[in-house]
Amino acid sequence: MTEMTGAEMVLAALADQGVEHIFGYPGGAVLPIYDAIFQQKKVQHILVRHEQGAVHAAEGYARSTGKVGTVVVTSGPGATNAVTGLTDALCDSIPLVVITGQVPTHLIGNDAFQECDTVGITRPCTKYNYLVKSVADLPRVLHEAFHIAASGRPGPVVVDIPKDIQFATGTYSKPKDFQHKGYRPKLKGDPDKIKQAVEMMAAAKRPLFYTGGGVINSGRAASESLRELAKLTGFPVTSTLMGLGAFPAADPQWLGMLGMHGTWEANWSMHDCDLMIAVGSRFDDRITGRLDAFSPGSKKIHIDIDPSSINKNVKVDLGIVGDCAHVLEDMVRMWRGAHHKPDKKALEAWWAQIGKWRAKNSLAYRNSNEIIKPQYAIQRLYELTKDRDTYITTEVGQHQMWAAQFYQFQEGNRWMTSGGLGTMGYGLPASVGVQLAHPKSLVIDIAGEASVLMTMQEMSTAVQYDLPIKIFIINNQYMGMVRQWQELLHGGRYAHSYTEALPDFVKLAEAYHAHGIRCEHPGELDEKIREMIEVKKPVIFDCMVDPAENCFPMIPSGRAHNEMLLGDAATRVEDAVTEEGKMLV
Amino acid sequence: MSTSPATTHYPAAPTSERVETRTLCVLVDNEPGVLARVIGLFAGRGYNIDSLTVSETEHEKHLSRISIVTRGTPMVLEQIKNQLDRQVPVHRVVDLTTGSPAIQRELAMVKVRGNGKHRAEAQKLAETFDARIVDTTPDSYIFEITGASEQIESFISQMLPLGLVEVSRTGVVAIARGAEGM
Repeated sequence: MTEMTGAEMVLAALADQGVEHIFGYPGGAVLPIYDAIFQQKKVQHILVRHEQGAVHAAEGYARSTGKVGTVVVTSGPGATNAVTGLTDALCDSIPLVVITGQVPTHLIGNDAFQECDTVGITRPCTKYNYLVKSVADLPRVLHEAFHIAASGRPGPVVVDIPKDIQFATGTYSKPKDFQHKGYRPKLKGDPDKIKQAVEMMAAAKRPLFYTGGGVINSGRAASESLRELAKLTGFPVTSTLMGLGAFPAADPQWLGMLGMHGTWEANWSMHDCDLMIAVGSRFDDRITGRLDAFSPGSKKIHIDIDPSSINKNVKVDLGIVGDCAHVLEDMVRMWRGAHHKPDKKALEAWWAQIGKWRAKNSLAYRNSNEIIKPQYAIQRLYELTKDRDTYITTEVGQHQMWAAQFYQFQEGNRWMTSGGLGTMGYGLPASVGVQLAHPKSLVIDIAGEASVLMTMQEMSTAVQYDLPIKIFIINNQYMGMVRQWQELLHGGRYAHSYTEALPDFVKLAEAYHAHGIRCEHPGELDEKIREMIEVKKPVIFDCMVDPAENCFPMIPSGRAHNEMLLGDAATRVEDAVTEEGKMLV
Repeated sequence: MSTSPATTHYPAAPTSERVETRTLCVLVDNEPGVLARVIGLFAGRGYNIDSLTVSETEHEKHLSRISIVTRGTPMVLEQIKNQLDRQVPVHRVVDLTTGSPAIQRELAMVKVRGNGKHRAEAQKLAETFDARIVDTTPDSYIFEITGASEQIESFISQMLPLGLVEVSRTGVVAIARGAEGM
């Protein structure tokens, strides 16, 4: 219990919560907090170039460490610029505490300079938010914010602090003195239901684990229990975009990613299974495709910490509310305790069927000696970085899907991508956050040239803090996914998906005092990727690829998992999309 | 190969499922913005609000009770309850339609203008509905009526030909029968 100003409380609370780095951008309404930052050494402030970048950097930091990411921005435009990042973090369940400055209490509602209704604007895009109206509440609010952000289904929490509260003096208290009055997320699953789930698994003939980002959020223990359970049962495993790495891609039981650009074997297994075990995944529309044809013959078990995820899109037979780590651990214990054995004969037949689907080799593409195929670029990147301590971030679009398909993740927290919101411009600032948390690791943003221009200014941040991030641009000169849909759905009328006047990315890198590399030929790819890895500076790697390449497999609009298209079928795609399909994104 | 609009890539609206009405009681921390949070949830996710009442019910604990009458398919109604329940300041959500039997009441004030025969008839009608006269002028009455929503509807519709001018209603408040508390 010590007397201090509100601004000092912010820094004391950050330090007590174990925060080492905070991303931010100063402004009038947070000057007292910046003054407090200046006068301490425990928390290092990272100056970004735009508030959206601060939030994405904090997301990358959080996702790669499992810790809460933190941000400080000013009132008005500082707060509104943070909104995209907040929404992104909400969609992907990333724990953040975002501190926003606010005009002094007596001016709130007066349309003061740089005033906006921050709590009003951010209410639907945060897990929770606060406007602090008394310095006496500030320590409790700050500690609660960390607790709410990190516990249950994680998410972003905004703490809006008027400038007079930052100046006011009050008594600071440590985190242990507080407990939230009502918020108690349920961690342990109902044992009767878990027992029932395990019995359903023992009786299954064509079972499948369908895992998601919840397994990553739940931490290493969840990932380990998943691996153990898969080993015990011998069941196949697929995962959403957000869940990649929780189960090792090198494992023979791995089917690859599922969904709109998932593998043939993963999607057919989803369609034909008789028992689906969904773990920390949410039956998103990119996963289910056509709902009335989604896995029609299966019983479904759904494990999720958020009760509202269960029965939201797909009615399941058994919903278990709880933290994946706890529930999976209980499942392993109960499976062992009851001496359950999988139906070996049925499982053999199931794996034989999966083997046939695998034989389709659905990720196959026609490589070229003349032009770099984007898939080939990512494959080479993987081969040349797989034995290193590597973290991958992405932007959004074709390159993101190719990265998910071709980069093989063996561990969780190595893959940072904007899944739910699909935010172009996420990857570069996210890589800044990841590199800061892992200064000795190799951090690569697999980027598209259109996406990366949305937050390119964060190169300046990377240079300022000596963060040797590698921006690996799959440059096809198009907004590739938009172009692909226009080709398939809109008669090849490429409305505004071609970027005229792209910058010279090598010169751009040099302008930022970073290192630029251009690669235009498949033959020079390996050598230039090695150069990128060796350079001890931020690098922009401009990889010029085939501009016409499409991302397959693909479940087109209005279709079910068993109606997916393969690359070889590309010529037939146009006939396959219906008028109604064109209405969809 | 044709695809109907109901089977497009995004989940189709559940047209064939029956729509039900539910009364939910939600116990929340009475803090700034809590009502905006609840209403914003309904607006943002496209849920219906037929009626909503709110007031602090436990002053020492700063707890408010919100009664919401809403409509939806069973799946949507389950979502509404779960979405409410996961809000940080929400302590409990109780479904008073499907749970234990509950009493639901509404209060309305009904202004009627008229003279002579209509005035006498209005007064008589009020008596049969147990409505009280709370304001009177030579050519108007204000009646106060408490009861189930259907009863109030019936009262209002019968007042219509007798010179109904204006109605103010509280919306539904509800409480479960028996000795158990929420």
